[in-house]
Amino acid sequence: MTNHWTDIANANLVLVMGGNAAEAHPCGFKWVTEAKAHNKARLIVVDPRFTRTASVADYYAPIRTGTDIAFMGGLINYLLTEDKIQHEYVKNYTDVSFIVKASFGFEDGLFTGYDASKRSYTDKSSWGYEIGEDGFARVDPTLQDPRCVYQLMKQHYSRYTPELASQICGMPQDSMKKIWEEIATCSAPGKTMTILYALGWTQHSIGSQMIRSAAMVQLLLGNVGMPGGGVNALRGHSNIQGLTDLGLLSNLLPGYLTLPGDAEQDYDAYIAKRSPKPLRPGQLSYWQNYGKFHVSLMKAWYGANATAENHWGYDWLPKLDIPGYDILKVFDMMSQGKVNGYVCQGFNPIAALPDKNRVMASLAKLKWLVVMDPLATETSEFWRNVGPYNDVQTANIQTEVIRLPTTCFAEEDGSLVNSGRWLQWHWKGADGPGLARTDVKIMSDLFIRLRKRYQAEGGAWAEPILKLSWPYKVPDDPTPEEIAKEYNGYAVADVTDATGAVIKAGQQLSGFGQLKDDGSTASGCWIFCGSWTEAGNQMARRDNTDPYGMKQNLGWAWAWPMNRRILYNRASSDPAGKPWDPKKRLVWWNGKAWGGTDVPDYKADVPPEAGMNPFIMNAEGVARFFARELMNEGPFPEHYEPFETPIGINPLHPNNKKATSNPAGRVFDSVWDTLGQAKEFPYAATSYRLTEHFHFWTKHCPINAVLQPEQFVEIGEALAKEKGIAAGDRVRVSCKRGHIEAVAVVTKRIRPLQVNNQTVHQIGIPLHWGFTGATRHGYLTNTLVPFLGDGNTQTPESKSFLVNVEKI
Amino acid sequence: MDLNRRQFFKVAAIGLGGSSLAALGMAPAPAFAEQIRHFKLTHTHETRNTCPYCSVGCGLIMYSQGDTAKNVAQNIIHIEGDADHPVNRGTLCPKGAGLLDFIHSPSRLQYPQVRKPGSSEWTRVSWDEALDRIADLMKADRDANFIEKNAQGQTVNRWLSVGFLAASASSNEAGYMTHKVVRSLGMLGFDNQARV
Amino acid sequence: MASQDIIARSATTTPSPSVREQEQVAKLIDTTKCIGCKACQVACAEWNELRDEVGHNHGTYDNPADLSSETWTLMRFTEYENDAGNLEWLIRKDGCMHCDDPGCLKACPSPGAIIKHANGIVDFNQDHCIGCGYCITGCPFNIPRISQKDHKAYKCTLCSDRVAVGLEPACVKTCPTGAIVFGSKEDMKEHAAERIVDLQSRGFEHAGLYDPDGVGGTHVMYVLHHADKPSLYAGLPDQPVISPLVGLWKGVSKPLALLAMGAAVLAGFFHYVRIGPNRVEEDEHPSAPDTSVHEVDPAVHVYDPHKPGPQGDQRP
Repeated sequence: MTNHWTDIANANLVLVMGGNAAEAHPCGFKWVTEAKAHNKARLIVVDPRFTRTASVADYYAPIRTGTDIAFMGGLINYLLTEDKIQHEYVKNYTDVSFIVKASFGFEDGLFTGYDASKRSYTDKSSWGYEIGEDGFARVDPTLQDPRCVYQLMKQHYSRYTPELASQICGMPQDSMKKIWEEIATCSAPGKTMTILYALGWTQHSIGSQMIRSAAMVQLLLGNVGMPGGGVNALRGHSNIQGLTDLGLLSNLLPGYLTLPGDAEQDYDAYIAKRSPKPLRPGQLSYWQNYGKFHVSLMKAWYGANATAENHWGYDWLPKLDIPGYDILKVFDMMSQGKVNGYVCQGFNPIAALPDKNRVMASLAKLKWLVVMDPLATETSEFWRNVGPYNDVQTANIQTEVIRLPTTCFAEEDGSLVNSGRWLQWHWKGADGPGLARTDVKIMSDLFIRLRKRYQAEGGAWAEPILKLSWPYKVPDDPTPEEIAKEYNGYAVADVTDATGAVIKAGQQLSGFGQLKDDGSTASGCWIFCGSWTEAGNQMARRDNTDPYGMKQNLGWAWAWPMNRRILYNRASSDPAGKPWDPKKRLVWWNGKAWGGTDVPDYKADVPPEAGMNPFIMNAEGVARFFARELMNEGPFPEHYEPFETPIGINPLHPNNKKATSNPAGRVFDSVWDTLGQAKEFPYAATSYRLTEHFHFWTKHCPINAVLQPEQFVEIGEALAKEKGIAAGDRVRVSCKRGHIEAVAVVTKRIRPLQVNNQTVHQIGIPLHWGFTGATRHGYLTNTLVPFLGDGNTQTPESKSFLVNVEKI
Repeated sequence: MDLNRRQFFKVAAIGLGGSSLAALGMAPAPAFAEQIRHFKLTHTHETRNTCPYCSVGCGLIMYSQGDTAKNVAQNIIHIEGDADHPVNRGTLCPKGAGLLDFIHSPSRLQYPQVRKPGSSEWTRVSWDEALDRIADLMKADRDANFIEKNAQGQTVNRWLSVGFLAASASSNEAGYMTHKVVRSLGMLGFDNQARV
Repeated sequence: MASQDIIARSATTTPSPSVREQEQVAKLIDTTKCIGCKACQVACAEWNELRDEVGHNHGTYDNPADLSSETWTLMRFTEYENDAGNLEWLIRKDGCMHCDDPGCLKACPSPGAIIKHANGIVDFNQDHCIGCGYCITGCPFNIPRISQKDHKAYKCTLCSDRVAVGLEPACVKTCPTGAIVFGSKEDMKEHAAERIVDLQSRGFEHAGLYDPDGVGGTHVMYVLHHADKPSLYAGLPDQPVISPLVGLWKGVSKPLALLAMGAAVLAGFFHYVRIGPNRVEEDEHPSAPDTSVHEVDPAVHVYDPHKPGPQGDQRP
C-alpha cells in the first residue's frame, strides 16, 4: 500500500476493484465503513461478481474478468477529454512535460521493438526520453509538444471510447459513465479517492499493467501521497510484504536490491547501473545510494570476510542468465526432470500453483522433497491416492519426502510486515506441539550441518558457505532479537553521520541515512534500518495516540521507510509547501523544515524553492505516466485479452492476432496446447477466496470448516436455467487441463454480460478445498488454472480462464 | 386462534405440571450467583501477537492457562482481538476469531517424518536423522551440479537443480535467515507466495 | 454482579429483587453495515466452546443451514431485487432477540430454566432444563434448539458471562465493520437513529429500527434498510407476537395447578414430554400458516432417541 489501513478513513471515495476487501480483509475494511460513517464517503465496487463488498456499496457495476485496463483506459480518456484532472499536481509532480524519443511508437497493439519470434520486446531503446545537451531529459512545460508524455498519453487512450470500453468490459455504458463521473470529482485538490485492490488485479497475464493504469488515474486526480488516497495493494499473507521486502524472490536481494546478471562481471559497473543520476536538475534520485545499501548488506552477511579487495564478496552472489528462476520457470524445469530436490517452507504449491495436474506430475519427477509446515499440506502428501481428488499411482512415485513440523505464530517471537508496511513485533504464548521447531532453528541447524560437511570434506564453491558470518550465540538456534538487530544494521567501525554525530562500533544504526559504502556499516535490509535502534525494538512500540486526528499513529510499531506512513507524502502539499487542503495535511514546510502529521518521505531540510520534487526514488523526481523501459509490455498499459478469451479477439486490435493477448506474457512452449478455446469451453471463469476461509489453512480448523464445509461454484441464474442446474445440484466444471466437481450455488449476483455483441457468462470458483483437513474433501481449484503468467511478475492468470459446466 | 383438541390437552397438561413445580416448593435456589456463567479468563496469562493470516496485521491477545510457572506448560485457551491495536481495535474476522483451532488443529504436525520412494505411508524419524539426510542430499546435489562458470567463461556461481519456496507467513527473522542461507548456497530457484 | 440481578424466572412465583435501578442493555445489529463475514458465528462458537458438525453446502452461502444447539447465531443471506431493479444482498445475523417480554420464559414449565436479568438478558440454565421444547413454542423468532446430546435447550446467552464482568458479548467485540454494537438500550437507539439518517441520505427511504412492540421490544435490535418489510430479511417476522398457545396455558391451566398435583403426576409429565409418544396427528381444522407467528406443535420438538439424524425444523 502507498498508504495504510487506518488512513482509508480519510477517503472521500473508495473504489474497490481487483479485490474483495470486505471478504478478504474484513478488519481492514472497517476503515471503509468509518470513512462512510464519518467522512460521508461513498463506496464503489467493480467486480465480475456481486460480492459481500458490493453488498455494502453505494454503487456496484459488473465487469468481465480480465478487462480492467479497458475500464481504466476509458477513464483516463474521460478525465483527459473532460479535463477533470488536478492540474497543478499533474503539471508539477508528474512526467507529463517530458519529451519522448522520436523513435518510440505504437501500432496496431504493439509498441516499437517487438520480436515476435521471441514473444518479447527485445529492443526497448526507443522507450525513453529525449536527453538534452545538459544531460537532462528534455521537457515542454506548455505540454504542447506532440512528443511530450501528456500528448502521447492523450493520443494512446483516445481509442478507449465509452462505447469500446463497454464492449470489452461488458459493463453497461451508463454504469460506466456514472462511475467515471463520480471518480472525476476527486480531481478537486482536497478530495481523495483510495483504490483498494488485491489478487483480482495481480493474477492476470497483464496484472502489472492493470495496477499501473490505476496508478495513472490516481496521478491524474492528484491522489498519490495524499491522505485517503493512493494505490493500495491489500496483499494476501501476513508477511508477504515482509518477504518481498527481504527479497525472497529469484532475482532479488533484501531491500529491493537486485542480483547481477551473467554479463555483470564488473562490480563497479553493477553498482553504477543501479545508481541512476537525476534526469532533471535538483532532483534527489535516492537510488544513487545503491552502493551503500549493497555494501552494508554484504557486511551483514559476510562480516569481516567482505572486503573492498573482494568487492564485498561479489562473486559469492549467484548470477542470473535469464531474468529469473521464478516458481513457474522452476516447475517447468522440474517437469523436464531438471530439478532434483525442492524445499517447501510453509508453501503448498500443489494447491497454490496453476494446473494442479502439471504440478503433480512435476513433483513426482523430484528425487526428494522437503516440506516444512505446521500443517499436513496437500503438497507433503502429493503421492497419496485420495480417489478423484488426487488420483495418483503411489507406488510409481519415487520421490523421497521429508516432512518437518514447524511452530506457528503463537509459538515464536518475531515481526511481520503488514500491507501498510508496518513492522509489528509479536510474542510467543506457548510451545509448539510435539517436537515442532521454529523455521529459524531448522534453517540454522541445517546450515550448520552443511557447513560442517564443507569444512570436513570440501566441495563445490565452498567459499560463500564457509565465509558466511554466523555470529549468533547459539549457532543452531539464533534468537529473533539477534536477527532483527542484524537486518536493522550496526556500525562496524566508528562512523560519523550527516549531523556530525558519532556512532560507535557495535552500536545499532538509527536509519539508512547512516549507511556507508566503505564497509564501516552493516545492514541486512536497508529499508528496515531504524526498526531496532539503540533506543530498542521500535517494532514493539504500542503508543496508539493520534494527536492530529489524521489516523497516522506514528507511535505504533514501526513502518518502513523511516517510520513514514504514507509514501510520497511531500505531494500532499503544493509546490510552495502548503497542504492542498488544510483538512488533508500530512507534511508541510514550516519555514525551516518539513514536518507534520507524518514523517516526511523527503529530504527534510530542502526548501520548496529548491524545486526538488516529491518522487525522490525516481531519477525524474516526478511520477511516471510513461514507464520508460521498466515494464515488459510497453510504457503505457494497453488492454490485452486473457490468454483464454471468451471472445477470441481483442476488440482494440481485431485484425492483429499477435496483440490479442499480452504479446510479452509468460507462456512456456509446452503450455500452448493446454489452452482451451471458447468453442469448447465457452464460459469465463474466475477463482477467488471466500471470507470464511484463508487459502488452504483454515480447512484444517474445525470452527472454519463448519462455515463453508463443502466445495461449490457460483453460477448465474440465467446460465443455470439454460443448463438445467438448480441450487444444490452437483456440477462438473471442466477445462482443457482437467475438471472439478462441486455443488452449484445459483445466484442473481452473477449476470450475463454483453461483450463484443455476444453474451458472456461468468462462473465463480472459490479455492479453499483439498484432500487434507477438516472440511469435506474437494478438488484443488487450481486444476483449472492455466500455467502461464504476467509479463513482468510471472504471476499466474488465476483470475481469467475458460471452462465448461455440466450438471452431473 | 385455532386450537385442536390434542393441542389443547397437551398444553393444559404441561402447563399444569410446570406450574405445579413451583407450587410444590421446587422453586430454584434464591442465589442469583448460580445463574452467572463462569467467566473463563480469570487468571489466564495474556500474550500479544499478530494474526498470521492476511496482511491487515491485526493485533491479538492470546489467553493461556498456566501462569508460566516451571511446572505447568502454557496452553492457549482463547484468542481475541487487541483493543489497543489501531487497525483492528479489538475486532477479528472469521479466520482470526477462530485462530484457536489453527493452534490446536488436528492436522498440526508433531514429529519429523519420511515417506520413502514408492511408499504409501509416513515413518517417524528423529530431527538428527531428518536434518542429516537433508544436508547429505543437498550437498551431494550441489557438488554434482553447481555451475561456477557459464559457457562464455563468466563467473556465475549458481545452483539450479535444487529450489526453495519460502513462506510469506513466516516472520521477518525466519525470512531473513532463510534468504541468508539459501543465497550462500548459490540457489536461484527461490520464490515465495508474493509470486502467486 | 449488580447488573445481573434476575428479575424473572420461568415457572416461578417467588418475587425477584427489584429495588436497584439497573440499566437496560441492547445489542444493535446494523444489517446495512454487515458484510456477512460470519466472524460473529466464529467468535460465538469459540467463546462458548461450540463446534457444530461439518455439514454440506446446500446451494447457498448459509452455513450451517440452521441454528442448532451448537450454533447459536448464523448469517442468513437473501438476494433481493428492489423496485428499481437493482440487486441487494440482504444479510441478517439470526439469533436470540432477548425479548423484553420473553415468550420462551413465559412458556417454560421448569422453574428457573429460563431467567431474565434486570439488564434485559434472557438466559437458559441447562441445569434446570427438562428438554420439553416449550420455549420453542413460546419463541416468536424460532430460536431455541434442543440438543441431541443432552436433550436440553440452547440459545444465545448474550454472553451473560462476559457482560457480568463488564465486557461486551463476543460477537460484538469481533465484528470487523462495527455492524454489531452493544451498550445501553437508550444509547443503541440513538446510534440507530444516526445510522438511519445516513441511510436515508444514501437512498434508503424506509431505513429504520427493528424493536418490535409485540414482544415488549427486544434487547437485540436491527437497523434495516427496508424497515417497512422485515420479512425480506430471511423471514424476520413483520410483527412478532408470542404464540397464543402460551397465553392459553398461562391463563387456563395455571389456576388448575394450584390444586396441588401430586408428585406422580409430575413424573408422568416428564416421561410424557421427554420420551413419550411422538405422533403427529392430522389437524382437525387445517388452516393457512401465518408466517408472522411461529406456531410449533410442541410434540415435534421432543427429541426421539430412537430416531437417527437431526430433528426439528430443517430449513431448505
